[in-house]
Amino acid sequence: MLGRRFLLYLLILGAGLAAPWFYPQYIQQMALLWIMVLMASTWDLLGGQMGYNSLGNITFFGCGMYISAVVQIAMFYDVAAYTSAFGAIKPEFTDEQYFMGLFLGILAAGFGAMLLSYLLGFIMFGLRGPYFAIGTLGIATAAGQLMGTIDYVGGGSGISMPFFPWAVEIRALFFYGLCFFLAAVAHLLLRWIYSTQFGLAINAIRDDEDKAEAMGIPTLKYKQIGWAITAFFMGCIGAVFGNMVGFIEPVEVAFPVATFGIFMVAMALLGGKGTLWGPVIGAVLFHVIKETTWTYLLGWQWVALGLILIINIVYFQEGIMGWLQRKFPEFFGITIDHAPPDKDAEQ
Amino acid sequence: MLFNLQILFDIAPITNIQLILDGIFIGAVLALGAYGLALVWGVMNVKNLAQGDFIILGGYIAFALAREGVHPVMALPIVMVLMAMLGWMVYVFMIRRVIEQDMFTSLLATFGLSLLLQQVMNLIFGPEVQVIDSHLPNYQLFNDSVTLPVVKLLSLGMVAVLAVLIVLFMRKSRMGQAIRATAQDERAARVLGINTDRIYAFTFALNAAICGAAGVMVSMIWVLQPFYGISYSLRSFAIVTAAGLGNLPGVISTGFGLGLIEQYTGFILGAEYQVASAVVMLLLVLVYRQRRAKRKRQVVR
Amino acid sequence: MKSLLHSNIIEVHNVFKSFGGVHANIDISMHVKKGGITGIIGPNGCGKSTLFNSIVGAHPIDSGSIIFEEREISKLLVGQIARLGLLRTFQQTRIYSKMNCVDNMLISVSHRKDARDGLFAPRKGETLERALSLLEFVGLYSKRNLISGDLSFGQQKLLEFAMALMNEPKVLLLDEPTAGINPTLINGLIDRLHRANEELGITLCVIEHNMRVVMNLAEHIYCLANGRLLADGKPTELQADQRVIDAYLGGGH
Repeated sequence: MLGRRFLLYLLILGAGLAAPWFYPQYIQQMALLWIMVLMASTWDLLGGQMGYNSLGNITFFGCGMYISAVVQIAMFYDVAAYTSAFGAIKPEFTDEQYFMGLFLGILAAGFGAMLLSYLLGFIMFGLRGPYFAIGTLGIATAAGQLMGTIDYVGGGSGISMPFFPWAVEIRALFFYGLCFFLAAVAHLLLRWIYSTQFGLAINAIRDDEDKAEAMGIPTLKYKQIGWAITAFFMGCIGAVFGNMVGFIEPVEVAFPVATFGIFMVAMALLGGKGTLWGPVIGAVLFHVIKETTWTYLLGWQWVALGLILIINIVYFQEGIMGWLQRKFPEFFGITIDHAPPDKDAEQ
Repeated sequence: MLFNLQILFDIAPITNIQLILDGIFIGAVLALGAYGLALVWGVMNVKNLAQGDFIILGGYIAFALAREGVHPVMALPIVMVLMAMLGWMVYVFMIRRVIEQDMFTSLLATFGLSLLLQQVMNLIFGPEVQVIDSHLPNYQLFNDSVTLPVVKLLSLGMVAVLAVLIVLFMRKSRMGQAIRATAQDERAARVLGINTDRIYAFTFALNAAICGAAGVMVSMIWVLQPFYGISYSLRSFAIVTAAGLGNLPGVISTGFGLGLIEQYTGFILGAEYQVASAVVMLLLVLVYRQRRAKRKRQVVR
Repeated sequence: MKSLLHSNIIEVHNVFKSFGGVHANIDISMHVKKGGITGIIGPNGCGKSTLFNSIVGAHPIDSGSIIFEEREISKLLVGQIARLGLLRTFQQTRIYSKMNCVDNMLISVSHRKDARDGLFAPRKGETLERALSLLEFVGLYSKRNLISGDLSFGQQKLLEFAMALMNEPKVLLLDEPTAGINPTLINGLIDRLHRANEELGITLCVIEHNMRVVMNLAEHIYCLANGRLLADGKPTELQADQRVIDAYLGGGH
């Protein structure tokens, strides 16, 4: 069992590293694919494993993006002057400045988003079910609008990010690598977390939070840690995405509630929420289908997306992994009826 | 910001009247949307995130009719009938299948519906902001410092009539009584021979019709844009959360209250804070309810 | 009084609780002796469950005081009280229905300050052994890998009991532990409750509807009727008490 799983990871690692060399023309799409995988997986930490369905994780994405932008610029220039004077003067970043700024920017984005999730958690985690989903949606929507009012970071017209100092091909490879790395780290971290007491605790919160409280599980603490992990990765990937796109603005790039914000939920549901691999499978499938059919739908793609989402939720709630687990429970170590004597470590 | 405050209290206090009037108009729209939401939430426990898109869709139907020369007042019943049919269809194909599932399912399904409606409207009517020209005069009051368009008064009157009709319907008619019975205890209602499936379908259709009416009002007094729905949805939720379910006077007065709050924050801080002010209100209400619940050793559900 | 304080792990003093206009608990005082088994009986609607919920913090009380280990707990929340070591089971059994039995047990470890496992502890070793031995204790070892929601009601009840033991509480409040259980299994359950009390040293407080169970189990019994404390004493004393017989035993038991 362990050997097979090790092989699988090796295969993914090999494919992930080799893909950009074989298909350099799709490198942007593939980087986006890893972003999708990360978003769906970290959404599932709360939505699937803990039963707290956030519609506003994109808040951390956008805030991370802006935090990194401010850090990257503020280390060397006055941000207000940079954003307002951009176009007239062209600030230069040396190689060292750029990469140090980027590194610190991504870290600051992750920890800043984490801090934000901690503060929001005090308000949001006193709420159950629909209030949580709608409250987070409201926060994400409001965050995009509020960001547009802050002139310091360029207001509604946005900021151009510092230029990548090397060749365009290297730039694409570099950001592809960053996305792949972050998605892989997130996946492995989640994998480990789900195998610990923490994983059980958040499952317990999902199944019956009142019982978990009555059994003394400090639910607020677990919920906040869970959201902080999600927020950290969303913040980091937001910073990376901002630099990858090269230009950030509040509504379409930083806080895309109706695109990325809903994609991550749709992908996790499609693959099967509450499983480690479901969101990954869902993200790959969703992204590939979307990218290959998008241009043929001639403007109807968004309608098709809404329709798919509805059909997915209404008629195929369990998702691919849920369906597989129901069909082949033994493969997943789920015991039905009388238990065989072996103790399987499969989560 | 300080200057804006100065205008209100010092330079031109008459501006307050304009803000209050506008607050009442937008508040009426919000109250209708929130009342419909409270209805489906209370009766069938569905949190409809497509509420705002129903409103905008109703507005666009009125807009399309206006292009054909139908006056919005005439368009109101047509819109309501069309929206009721749409609501009924949505119930049959979607809501009926998620109603027994956990609440997030219905929430997310209606969110999908919201995306769908937005995009369909976007394809048909384009992403531009649209207004209907009603060809009705504006009253200028207090030396031209307050503008009062006749069309806004007219729409307010329509809504008032509609609200009275709805209240009478819920109180007096057999269907209204059955709806209220189902809201109180669905199982008991079923035991008493009420066909709850039909009640649900009717309630959802009624909600869509109410949203349609709100949409007609929006088309008369405000602007239409395919993606504005989400802000109406959020504000409806804020109102219902603040007022509580099954509290009709509360929902309506909170709707007007939010309308006023928005007008004032919009004026003092700038128009881009309007949605943010609704979200802040929602969060404040939730914090307040959490504190109250904690004193009762409970949580907000 | 001071010596009493030490032997009583829970003290309830003059608790009032009403819902709307209905007085569910009127001036109730009782004690749970450390290390013993205390029973609460009474006809339906007498306020036993209300008293129970007041103790574990499921709702506020109107007035009075509830003391656990010399500490006032009537203002604390459910989770805080549970982390002090005062645990309850539910009448309508509650387990984590999508997880298997072993996982249900593993997550039920103590979350008190002195808890032995950390947040990110792996799920193996001594904790796992204890979980398995407790499943053995309640007779669910052969079902340990099943999804707990698929168990029968009685088995779920046993699982919930085992989960409570896993938590190593100081006091365990059991809400009708035999309700819905096959009568042939009741003696086994009484035996296990006794053993949990004696071998694991857990103080028990049991709400019971079934007179025979409570007479066999408890050392001291409180009888409630119409929200008031009617009588208390040893099982034999209560059996002879005319008021108890009128209020409760007279009703067909």
